[in-house]
Amino acid sequence: MRRRIMTTAVAAAGLLALTACTSGGGDGGDEGRGDITIWYSNNEAEIAWGKQMVEAWNAEHADEQVKAQEIPAGSSSEEVIGAAITAGNAPCLVYNTSPAAVPQFQKQGGLVNLSEFDDGDDYITERSGDLAEQYRSTDGGFYQMPWKSNPVMIFYNKAMFAQAGLDPENPPLATYDEFLATARTLVSSGAAPFAINPAPTSEFFQSWFDFYPLYAAQSGGKLLVEDGAATFDDANGEAVAEFWATLYSEGLAGNEQYQGDAFADGLAAMSIVGPWAISVYGEDVEWGSVPVPTQAGTAPEETYTFSDAKNVGMFTACENQATAWDVLKFSTNEEQDGIWLEETGQMPLRQNLTETYADYFEANPAYEQFGEQAARTVEVPNVPNSIEIWQTFRDGYSNSVIFGEEPVSTFLTDAAAEIDELAQG
Amino acid sequence: MTAVEAAPRRAATKPDEAPPSRRRRRWLGEHPLGLLFSTPYLVFVGLIFAYPVVFAVWMSFQDYFFAAPGAEVDRPFVGFDNYIAVIEDPAVWRSFGNVGIFLLINVPLTVGLSLLLATALDKVVHARTFFRVSYYVPYVTASVAIVAVWLFLFTSNGLVNQILGPLAPDPSWLVNSGLAMPTIALFVTWKGLGFYILLYLAALQNVGKELYEAASVDGAGAVRRFFSVTVPGVRPATVLVLLLATITGANLFTEPYLLTGGGGPNGASTSPVLLIYQKGIEQGNPDVASAIGVILIVFVLVIAWLQRRFAGGEES
Repeated sequence: MRRRIMTTAVAAAGLLALTACTSGGGDGGDEGRGDITIWYSNNEAEIAWGKQMVEAWNAEHADEQVKAQEIPAGSSSEEVIGAAITAGNAPCLVYNTSPAAVPQFQKQGGLVNLSEFDDGDDYITERSGDLAEQYRSTDGGFYQMPWKSNPVMIFYNKAMFAQAGLDPENPPLATYDEFLATARTLVSSGAAPFAINPAPTSEFFQSWFDFYPLYAAQSGGKLLVEDGAATFDDANGEAVAEFWATLYSEGLAGNEQYQGDAFADGLAAMSIVGPWAISVYGEDVEWGSVPVPTQAGTAPEETYTFSDAKNVGMFTACENQATAWDVLKFSTNEEQDGIWLEETGQMPLRQNLTETYADYFEANPAYEQFGEQAARTVEVPNVPNSIEIWQTFRDGYSNSVIFGEEPVSTFLTDAAAEIDELAQG
Repeated sequence: MTAVEAAPRRAATKPDEAPPSRRRRRWLGEHPLGLLFSTPYLVFVGLIFAYPVVFAVWMSFQDYFFAAPGAEVDRPFVGFDNYIAVIEDPAVWRSFGNVGIFLLINVPLTVGLSLLLATALDKVVHARTFFRVSYYVPYVTASVAIVAVWLFLFTSNGLVNQILGPLAPDPSWLVNSGLAMPTIALFVTWKGLGFYILLYLAALQNVGKELYEAASVDGAGAVRRFFSVTVPGVRPATVLVLLLATITGANLFTEPYLLTGGGGPNGASTSPVLLIYQKGIEQGNPDVASAIGVILIVFVLVIAWLQRRFAGGEES
């Protein structure tokens, strides 16, 4: 009898452990405390931030220690994370989750719905304000914590502008006509081989750094897909695509892949970059920055752009999800976001950013413009088949805009029709 | 003597029953120990090659995607839906057309150049090792490292166009939809040549010197000796080179991924394997990717069969 009771007890304990292990499944929940593992990006500044954050947490939580490591090497973070989900060995948190990959990870059953934590929705919306809504999945849940953005702007080389006889302090770059006239002057004067040189290659994400920021600005903050349908087959999309097509057809932008940094190497006088560029170009290039142009010119304080955000995902393989949620909140609190800003220059996805960290922006005026821009960013749409949608868009864009093989209007209509179908899932 | 001793043993068994040693031999072969030695490789082939192929075929008939262990997902049988999607996708047709162009340039060039260079190297007396290593270095160097050099050579302002001057193509090589794939084929031919030269060098050691002497006595010159002695003498190696060049060529991935920035311009250098990568890994559609993979296997098998049929001769 005693043996039978023991057997039953062991079986019950085993079942309990098994339930704890498999309780993720995307339903959040509050059970599970203990040690966790997190992954973060492999660039120096982010590692420094990650290490201090983990040390600060571990010092106060002896029973819930965090073990941190860089995302394992792979051709992209998304592929490594996708493989880890399939293998069942994803960490609890990844501080480099691409919003474009979230629908796929969610479909795989790899992500925890953060909205199912008691304070999940409240914490996310209070921290990020209206910006958070772009990161909500189609089922209404948050499968990612909006974390940080790199709102992109136009960087320009002041020395090249001066050499071309342009005013380096107030360059005419607000409207498409001004931008094109400036570009023509830069190239015809010999100041630069190309006015601007975004990567003309076919990877799905390249449109985030040419078409999409300008479309966000031109459309006043529209996503590529809204309410399950493509938005870009309209006058705004056509204006942006025609603008880029003109740059390519006139040789003001290069259609060949360049091995290296075209802006740093002096191949192009302008570039579309985020605040990370401030420390990268530093003193090597005398640079200035302006918002991306629009057809009629939009006031900087009203101009939208692409966010180039990376978020934090919590993965269902995580056994100690309650601890993971607490670590997630700790690492995105006001103090840690401040340290993040100091260490990396990237913008926490937090409402009232410039007011909250007024001292930082006062001490680092170069970042202030990016800080203000962070409030008006557009994310990639959180819809099914996200990557396939972007690849479809890129293929058509490459064919029509970069290589001029078909009219822009045909590309926009055809791509929109295909994307409408893909967005339905 | 042996026959006399064997006869009574045979008589001792029932007519319809083979002796135990013969039965064992039938199942385990003449040398059972050989089976033991080959087992590890058979297991390796089964796990690393056969299982993934069977799994890919199975995936190609499902609405399949990779999921977390324990996740409740629906991955139903969909019959030929994935194959229909693949056949209706113009990008797939284009990628097979691209790789067809690639093979038409790469395979004959590989066979011709490697045989010619191997024959020349076989006759070199001085600096033989230097030449052999020189040809082999590109083969052992990672494509990633060499691609930068080729980009430097073939961009608009690259060395090749500077030499060509007004004859340089516009658009330039790697962004020209008519020239991107031939340029990649040249790159791959040059890179892989060292390996195939080694194969031919080994084959040339088996061509009897007396055949060359006899041909010379009959008045054959160098060209005649090459076509009448060398070429038939290395035919088995030629079949092997044809097969290997076709199989590796059909699996083209790294070069369009790196050299033309993901299959550009406009998909003119997209290969089926690059498409498999995009659809299966990047876009999360391994079912469609598997269907392309299965079609690619059939495509390669047909070409390989044709090569064996027409180039193999009796030797193969």
